[in-house]
Amino acid sequence: MLKNLKHELLETNVGLLLVGTMIAISIGGLVEIAPLFLIKDTVEDVPGVHVRPYTPLELRGRDIYIREGCYLCHSQMIRPFRDEQLRYGHYSLAAESKYDHPFQWGSKRTGPDLARVGGKYSNEWHVQHLIAPRSVVPESVMPNFPWLLATPLDYSDVRERMRAQRLTGVPYSANQQEYQQNVKKFGEQTAKMLDISHAQQNLIAQAEAGNYDGDLSGVSEMDALVAYLQVLGTMVDFSQIKPEDLVKYR
Amino acid sequence: MSGSLSAATEQYDYDIIKKFSVMAIIWAVIGMSVGVYIASELAWPSLNFDIPYITFSRFRPVHTTSVIFGFGGSALFATSYYVVQRTCQARLWGGGLSTFTFWGWQAVIVLADISYMMGYSQGREYAEMEWPLDLLIEIIWVSYMAIFVGTLMKRKQPHIYVANWFYLAFILATALLHTFNNLAVPVGLFTLKSYSLFSGTQDAMVQWWYGHNAVGFFLTAAFLGMMYYFVPKQAGRPVYSYRLSIVHFWALSFMYMWVGTHHLHWTALPDWASTLGATFSIMLLLPSWGGMINGIMTLSGAWDKLRTDYVMRFMIVALSFYGMSTFEGPLMALKDVNALSHYTDWTIGHVHSGALGWVAMISFGSLYHMIPRLWNTKLYSDKLVNVHFMLATIGVLLYIVAMWISGISQGLMWRAFDEFGNLQYSFIESVAAMHPFYIMRAAGGLFFLTGMTIMAYNIAMTIRQGTHEASVSGQAVAAAA
Repeated sequence: MLKNLKHELLETNVGLLLVGTMIAISIGGLVEIAPLFLIKDTVEDVPGVHVRPYTPLELRGRDIYIREGCYLCHSQMIRPFRDEQLRYGHYSLAAESKYDHPFQWGSKRTGPDLARVGGKYSNEWHVQHLIAPRSVVPESVMPNFPWLLATPLDYSDVRERMRAQRLTGVPYSANQQEYQQNVKKFGEQTAKMLDISHAQQNLIAQAEAGNYDGDLSGVSEMDALVAYLQVLGTMVDFSQIKPEDLVKYR
Repeated sequence: MSGSLSAATEQYDYDIIKKFSVMAIIWAVIGMSVGVYIASELAWPSLNFDIPYITFSRFRPVHTTSVIFGFGGSALFATSYYVVQRTCQARLWGGGLSTFTFWGWQAVIVLADISYMMGYSQGREYAEMEWPLDLLIEIIWVSYMAIFVGTLMKRKQPHIYVANWFYLAFILATALLHTFNNLAVPVGLFTLKSYSLFSGTQDAMVQWWYGHNAVGFFLTAAFLGMMYYFVPKQAGRPVYSYRLSIVHFWALSFMYMWVGTHHLHWTALPDWASTLGATFSIMLLLPSWGGMINGIMTLSGAWDKLRTDYVMRFMIVALSFYGMSTFEGPLMALKDVNALSHYTDWTIGHVHSGALGWVAMISFGSLYHMIPRLWNTKLYSDKLVNVHFMLATIGVLLYIVAMWISGISQGLMWRAFDEFGNLQYSFIESVAAMHPFYIMRAAGGLFFLTGMTIMAYNIAMTIRQGTHEASVSGQAVAAAA
């Protein structure tokens, strides 16, 4: 009956019950979460994995992707199965979402996975598909998003957005020293895109050069979203990576 | 009788419980209506009407938030305030603070729903609310904790009743999960937009640690608290095994926190973490079923009540669905099963067998038990309770059968190869094949919603009847004086 006596102590004392419960519910999270920040092999660091932060235009496109709730029907996480390899491509690496605040792996495929959708379809296809999915895929159940093309992109606060991302650890450069580090890490062309002070010019320039929405008269939300979709899964060149190099990161 | 009533209302704060009970029912009707609507959008996409605010992908968080936090949350506030007062024989601590938790919580749900429709979302499932709302929740939750613990400290009984342990674990765990999963950097002080502090793998881990424990503590532990009070009360018998409830409580509290990683099997999350999640998910079957048995066996020796007591039927069927979905959960947490079930409608079906079958049904039973007592009257119609019960049960069954068929079909179609080793089906063929089941699911939801509407009517009439009786007896007292 010693056992019962012990428990009686807990159920007659709020403080002890609180502390005991807190201990019971804290251990699992601590054991599973903390090591992910400490163990280096969590995120692949392999030659050939060149993942860079999003350009200002892509970042705004990603914001729209989140705003419209695309993640509720589309995953961005390819699993290491033969059918997924054939359908979507190489399985997703942790490194590929290391600058994703928040992650968008998703949990449901009402529509197909988008982790490597970049470059698979033309810009024109994406625009048409986003405006009226059933005009290109008759059986689709995706909603129409016609307002994306009609709405000019608000990029007035893109620098604030990049600064917030920088605070979370994304290497957007806010000064000369950080810019030089980016030049070393990503090359000069990319480093320029990550420079917060030139974000608006860079955004407009990319939208004009890419002409994602097929309309050069201004930057629309469609420009941004398609720019984001077209970069998904394109940062890693798997022809340069030996599969055995990835094994220890699994 | 009226003497004991006035003593009870003086001793206990019933007003706050009444408010939360009514809102629970209102949010259930709203949240389930939106649910039926978005289910119909998947069957007939033209229902999106090209209106951004009600487009499926913006509307779906309105459904989840309204039912989980609006309906579930309000039902938990109501029952926890009731149970803690009754079992401690003490009035709610904190005076007006509980009124703040009421208006604060309702404001959170309303503002959250509006903000999703406007396009503000953190992009994390079941934690879509942006940072100002998260801060408001934090304040409300600390107040809630203070009220609950404060009342426990005022108790006139030496023992803290088992239902309160579960409510306490739910309050603590929700505070912990909410705080860490919503760490974010706002874009500016005057904008709702923010970015998660974590990224990629770590962010996924934190989110599903939150996500599954929103199920584990918000939607399970807390409703077990409800079960441990209302099932014995309705049955008029003590809990089957006191010792089992101790094991149930500690094992459940400890193990749930490990299992979130089963949402991330075969992803870029390191294998060791997802293996831990699978292991604990399987072990979790034991406390879950221990709790279910403890609840169902409470009725042992009084099974005949099921024939006449419709409220009891809700509770027992709720426990049966709890047993069913806590068996299905560990099954789906096995990596090989998960390889098939993940990303499919099977997950949606599983969630709803838990959310409709367990969470909603135990809440219906508890509310049907509690509301007449709050207004000191009888239920307006027992027959309508039975109609509700029938509609709800048919609704859940239609829903989960539809999702089982569509989920398993999707999983099998995606991985099917033809004789030449090519993929047998294109993705869109799997979408097209789901159409009949999406209609069936919407129909199931409609059944459930219809039952819910009948409950709302029954409860409204009960309250009206209670208010009328109170004013008549009040007049009689005045006349006698």
